[in-house]
Amino acid sequence: MMGQFQKLLAERVLVLDGAMGTSIQNYQFSEADYRGDRFKDHHKDLMGNNDLLSITKPEIIKEIHWEFLKAGADIIETNTFNSTSISQADYDTEDLVPEINYASARLAKEVAMEFSGKDPSKPRFVAGSIGPTNRTASISSDVNNPGFRSVSFDDLVEAYREQTLALIEGGVDLLLVETIFDTLNAKAALFAIQGISACKDMPLMVSATITDASGRTLSGQTPEAFLISVSHAPITCVGLNCALGAAQLRPYLQVLANSAPFFVSVHPNAGLPNEFGDYDQTPEQMADQIELFLKEGLVNIIGGCCGTTPEHIKALSNLAEKYSTRPVPELA
Amino acid sequence: MIKDDLAIPYLKLSGLEPLIISPDTNFVNIGERTNVTGSRRFLRLIKEENYEEALSVALDQVRGGAQILDVNMDEAMIDGKSAMVIFLNLIASEPEISRIPIMIDSSKWEIIEAGLKCLQGKGVVNSISLKEGEQVFLEQAQKINAYGAAAVVMAFDEKGQADNYERRVEICERSYRLLIEKIHFNPQDIIFDPNIFPVATGMEEHRKNALDYFQATRWIREHLPGAQVSGGVSNVSFSFRGNNKVREAMHSAFLFHAIQHGMNMGIVNPTMLEIYDDIPKDFLERVEDVILDRKDDATERLVEFAGRLKNDVSKSIDVQEWRNDSVEDRLSHALIKGIVDFVEQDTAEALEKYQIPVKVIEGPLMDGMNVVGDLFGSGKMFLPQVVKSARVMKKAVAYLEPFMEAEREKSNIYNACRVLLATVKGDVHDIGKNIVGVVLACNGYEIVDLGVMVPAEKILQTAREQNIDMIGLSGLITPSLDQMVNLASEMERLKMKIPLLIGGATTSRLHTAVKIDPVYRGTVLHVLDASRSVPAVSALKGEGKEKFHQEIKTEYAALRESHASRVSQKQYLTLAEARENKLAIDWDSHHETKPNLIGTEVFNDLPLEHIRQYIDWTPFFQTWMLKGKYPEIFDHPEVGEEATKLYADANQMLDEIIADKSLRTGAVIGIFPANSTGDDVMVFKDHQRSSKLTTVHFLRQQGKKAKGLPNFCLSDFVAPENTGIADFFGFFTVTAGLGIESLLQKYQAQLDDYKSIMVKAIADRLAEALAELMHEKVRKELWGYAPEEQWNSQSLIKEMYRGIRPAPGYPACPDHTEKRILFDILQAEERLDMRLTESYAMYPAASVSGYYFGNPESRYFGLGKIGKDQVQDYAVRKALSVEETEKWLMPNLKYDP
Repeated sequence: MMGQFQKLLAERVLVLDGAMGTSIQNYQFSEADYRGDRFKDHHKDLMGNNDLLSITKPEIIKEIHWEFLKAGADIIETNTFNSTSISQADYDTEDLVPEINYASARLAKEVAMEFSGKDPSKPRFVAGSIGPTNRTASISSDVNNPGFRSVSFDDLVEAYREQTLALIEGGVDLLLVETIFDTLNAKAALFAIQGISACKDMPLMVSATITDASGRTLSGQTPEAFLISVSHAPITCVGLNCALGAAQLRPYLQVLANSAPFFVSVHPNAGLPNEFGDYDQTPEQMADQIELFLKEGLVNIIGGCCGTTPEHIKALSNLAEKYSTRPVPELA
Repeated sequence: MIKDDLAIPYLKLSGLEPLIISPDTNFVNIGERTNVTGSRRFLRLIKEENYEEALSVALDQVRGGAQILDVNMDEAMIDGKSAMVIFLNLIASEPEISRIPIMIDSSKWEIIEAGLKCLQGKGVVNSISLKEGEQVFLEQAQKINAYGAAAVVMAFDEKGQADNYERRVEICERSYRLLIEKIHFNPQDIIFDPNIFPVATGMEEHRKNALDYFQATRWIREHLPGAQVSGGVSNVSFSFRGNNKVREAMHSAFLFHAIQHGMNMGIVNPTMLEIYDDIPKDFLERVEDVILDRKDDATERLVEFAGRLKNDVSKSIDVQEWRNDSVEDRLSHALIKGIVDFVEQDTAEALEKYQIPVKVIEGPLMDGMNVVGDLFGSGKMFLPQVVKSARVMKKAVAYLEPFMEAEREKSNIYNACRVLLATVKGDVHDIGKNIVGVVLACNGYEIVDLGVMVPAEKILQTAREQNIDMIGLSGLITPSLDQMVNLASEMERLKMKIPLLIGGATTSRLHTAVKIDPVYRGTVLHVLDASRSVPAVSALKGEGKEKFHQEIKTEYAALRESHASRVSQKQYLTLAEARENKLAIDWDSHHETKPNLIGTEVFNDLPLEHIRQYIDWTPFFQTWMLKGKYPEIFDHPEVGEEATKLYADANQMLDEIIADKSLRTGAVIGIFPANSTGDDVMVFKDHQRSSKLTTVHFLRQQGKKAKGLPNFCLSDFVAPENTGIADFFGFFTVTAGLGIESLLQKYQAQLDDYKSIMVKAIADRLAEALAELMHEKVRKELWGYAPEEQWNSQSLIKEMYRGIRPAPGYPACPDHTEKRILFDILQAEERLDMRLTESYAMYPAASVSGYYFGNPESRYFGLGKIGKDQVQDYAVRKALSVEETEKWLMPNLKYDP
């Protein structure tokens, strides 16, 4: 897979899909929908556990994948952003982690293969989505005790290993460690991935989140420090996603584009959320901003995060065809 | 294999920030004091588990210029692994320290590995070597790579430590080849330490120790491409322990030569370093004789010289100038920088000054925290720093606690306030909420934290059972907003009265005002961030809480109103659709009052005393960046005093202006028969309506509206031509700035900026007041449709009368160019000595102009964004090019032209 994916990346701009979370929100599922028959007696609320829908509402997840592929996405992400035992612990569903990851990967792979089959000149890829978990390994959650950590590196490695193994078994084509707000969490994911032999030839994308105007990750790193901190891993592509809109990401993306000896990706939110938490940016507005990245030769993969719809991806897909891809610079 | 150095990247390390070591980089200084084997003080601190002071050692190193921080916990009497983890985790929460990369220094692999698991950046392992054979060496190197770190490789192998030039070269070359060829280790990530050993020990075999190091360094840099060379410099002067003068000179001389040979990083105590050029010549000569092994009796000569040197008190570490500031500034500095070292003594001093402990908290401590909040809000501080500030705050409050206890016993006024905190159902984010909890707890509030994903029932039940004084809700994801609304309405249903605080990344003041505040009669308050939580809670608990409640309710109501007029519109109608949805006025039942004035009338020099009564002072304070409403602003705890002073100054100046008649005013009013046609208004000369004077052009809202709401255009308020109704339309322009130049010149000559800003602010207010006054005159007399209207300044400001006076360039009619038409019809230039600049700004600046609409349905609105179709249509109506039109309407275009 490494060969085909990297070969394509070197040839043209690839398009990643849009938001899974906000797409699911549009269905306005109830607690009962989340539970389905199988978990109707689960002792804790399951509403909000989007990843569980890969088991209880697989047809909906497939539909969302289908819409993004139809819009022109080359890569779709599995519905597994929170599918680690650490994140699932909030719902007491840790024991479902292998199943959720496996099922999510299968769903995505089936739809992707359907599209690849129809048009072999445009192969579609499934990226196993590996989120940051809801804990942070380098910030204390107890302000009285700054040395305290609610999760250890070893815990994270174990959780990421379990998730990654199930994603691979489910048939993902590549791995995407995304929305990195604490680089130590990401380093644990990379450590786990490097320890799995099946990952050896699998393309690996990592993508960080710049939280606010400080231009740093939540754990305080600048984009360049972040890049340096993950460069030891066999990365195919490094990028930025979430938190900000495309326009706000530009200066940080430039840092990566200038110094990363890897391909570069960006999947921003549809602008900044308004006061009601909705994303207002239209596909045209977002495409205009992303077009600038393409004109400047900053990126190889473009896509969307929170608030982006199939229409947004369609607009990006139209753009991708018009521009040539960023050449990967020589190491310096 | 080793030859090709064409494409070897630079060594790149990172803490929170990058450290890139290129050939142009100066010598990289590795801080060494956080090392239990090298610093007795640090060892004692770690043994005593006094990590706070241990951290200050690290901070001193960073502030002293260390670019990498070496941490070593290898001591038999301490649990090195645990100490390493604790200390590195603590460093991670000190952004000023964790800014730079960490070097994990240990001879025990398990300590190294535990340390690597704590570093988010790319650090350095110090060290690995061939001491235990190739297999262990390579395994460890491979792991170091997987953890993402660089490695110091010691010149040490199975036979022992390299102690001459040849052995150094042999071991380094072998290590390099193994790393590169067997496991593809990045050459730039290899940092050789070819052993710095003491000289001047009196032993013959040590004489060449420094020289051998220099030569091995040069060989490595020439033959092992990409690799760096480092070393622990203080070893070289080991035999002069106790004589810092000599040691400092030896370190400097050693470094000077080592760097010339290619050493590019090293473990150095910057406070134990003399400046090379400052070493006296005779002294330097003796030092270098030793280092470079230039004389047989070099050691004896240096020992003899050293004896003559007074062992001066060692240099004091950096003078901390901020310690000389006032106690308030010192506390503020400590809070902003997160420095805990002096906080207790400073708090004690503040207590002495303020007498009452709560005053210390509410005064200097909260002032400092407010600065922190502002810096955080503007992205100039980030989370870990804020957390650090909270810790300093906690220390200070902890110091004050026993004093407050005593106060409480004395007075009994204080009663503890219990705050319930919860992240709402469906949301699992709690970092911010936890910080709020700590900050509040620091300030003496009792926190009941229910954790995350808390159902409304549980919050309400706990609130009742545990006698909670206020509830704080947090949420980060969108659906949490609905949960908050839901909880607020439940509180209303249960007739609860306690305040509800709203916080979290997805929340906003606007959402709180629009969606949450209306459903609950108790106070609902949006809290921007943790640092604002204390003032919020104390205001809600304090003596003025009823007033605060009213203020917040008033503020949110105003926010809702203004929001309603400018809801964000994602969807737009075509111009045709928008016109279809115009305001439907039942013209048949409408009878417009026939104005008393038809044509124009000039009003010169209206009495300023009279105009003065119409001044709305709230915007005046905004001009001076004082937030608050008049007259409540005078009681504002922070700006009240300043506002009072300012108001007094303004009125004094007004008195002078009135006495001197130094500002003159003027107004022209015009009222004409008019009818609308499409979105334009045609203005006629007289009641015959046969001779058209001019056409005024308006724009129509195109944002998609909720059902039943029209797409407004100002022309909707004027009866259309085809209704046959005789309607009317007015123009006005007023100025209060005539004569302001001479006042400005006077103040500028006196270099009195304060007064020159003041006079402009006052003239602006007078112009607005005059516009208000003239509007009233129009309603009651000149047009005369509201002769019975009762004057009352509050209702004026709230615009609670019939008819509106929108101004070109403002939200309802943003096109400034229409001022030309208005000025022409009123002949404002000739009659009032006013003029329009080329960008249609009015001169004097203290002027207002606009239109009068008398229809009872008329109202202010914001145009919002418009589409290209309307711009094209408008351009045709105004006989302008589309480009020209787009230029003037730029902020209102929903597209990029």
